[in-house]
Amino acid sequence: MDKTIVMTKAVSMIKSGDTLMVGGFGLVGCPLKLIKGMEDTSLKDLTIISNNLGEPGKGLGRLVLQKKVHKGIGSFFTSNPDVVSAYQNKELDIDLMPQGTLAESIRAGGAGIGGFYVKTGYGTKIAEGEEVRYIKGEPYLFQESIRANVALIKAHKADRFGNLIYLKSARNFNPIMATAADLVIAEVDEIVEVGDLSPEEIVTPHLFVDYLVLAGGD
Amino acid sequence: MNSKEVIAARVAEELKDGDIVNAGIGIPTLVPNFIPADLDVFLHSENGILGVGPTPEDDKIDENIINAGKKPVTVKEGASYFDSASSFAMIRGGHVDVSILGALEVDETGQISNWAVPGKPVLGVGGAMDLLEGSKKIFITITHTTKDGQPKIVKQNKYPLTSLRKADLIITDLAVFKVTDNGLVLSEIFPNSSMQEVKEKTEGAFYIDEKLKST
Repeated sequence: MDKTIVMTKAVSMIKSGDTLMVGGFGLVGCPLKLIKGMEDTSLKDLTIISNNLGEPGKGLGRLVLQKKVHKGIGSFFTSNPDVVSAYQNKELDIDLMPQGTLAESIRAGGAGIGGFYVKTGYGTKIAEGEEVRYIKGEPYLFQESIRANVALIKAHKADRFGNLIYLKSARNFNPIMATAADLVIAEVDEIVEVGDLSPEEIVTPHLFVDYLVLAGGD
Repeated sequence: MNSKEVIAARVAEELKDGDIVNAGIGIPTLVPNFIPADLDVFLHSENGILGVGPTPEDDKIDENIINAGKKPVTVKEGASYFDSASSFAMIRGGHVDVSILGALEVDETGQISNWAVPGKPVLGVGGAMDLLEGSKKIFITITHTTKDGQPKIVKQNKYPLTSLRKADLIITDLAVFKVTDNGLVLSEIFPNSSMQEVKEKTEGAFYIDEKLKST
């Protein structure tokens, strides 16, 4: 079994209107080659679940400039002024979540959990209209889990089965997004032989990963 | 020291050996420079690092090691990396001892606003609400007034609250306030300031610690 495919094949599996999870914190741990590949397509109306929508003219920020993104779901968009202006021009919807709630929604979505209760945000503007439940006397907000059609993630090394390890703080949202989509494509710096990664060091076991794309390959 | 360094140096005095500390952006990023070398204080970063080290020299930057402000950092011996869900389990689960955060405003009960400005689109919250909700202690570092000279310690916040949870300690460039169930207590005035200045530049009500009254 070899899950390696070329980038254009990976991008061809994404459809207009899809909900995508895209790994990364800013540009670190972001699958930049796959995003670049999407620039040269006619994809549109995408909903993107990612902590940020790239930076001005970089990463997901380029897809925003191309108006391919219909909605962003994440925690921090203010560092990209292009996202702010697209929102103000009503070209882009935004669903803002506290970063921990975003991460846990993804984790839960990948773990077969329908939703959970979380204290974060209770009593603030972000909680308007949300269901509140008291647990052991303390107020919690209900949060549904989230899943996507496709997750585009970035890892450091993979073996041919799709076992993944990550590099330093480029791990961030990638391991949880690997669990929470119908189709998971991992962009990696290097593909090694099965057995080269020790079972102890593997962070994402291969059953979560459908395809591999080499960051420096075709 | 400039006024921001005065604040950072003072908050560093509050840290204890073994503390797990999350330091936000702005003044809090200066705090590690003032932690005594004989203390083991472990810096947590929301994007998945425990054991953040100093800022690297320009020629030693590793693009895969950044902090929550997306600035390059280093890691210390004994550091670990983890995913975002684990990182926020640490925060919400009460495993972080202290969060040192900036704020736009603090009200006289100790509630803070540090994520949204009225009239501008609200498009960023990041980890601010999680940190305020889950950290065992919250230390707020602010300049006493805005650039326009307006008090940041106010009767009632005009900006949206980050959490109903109150801060524990407020450290400004002029003074230190403890947050109690009864409200703010002025507990320290820095040598460059005076009781009169603190009173003039603070809008929110506060009590005065007995120790300060006697000196």
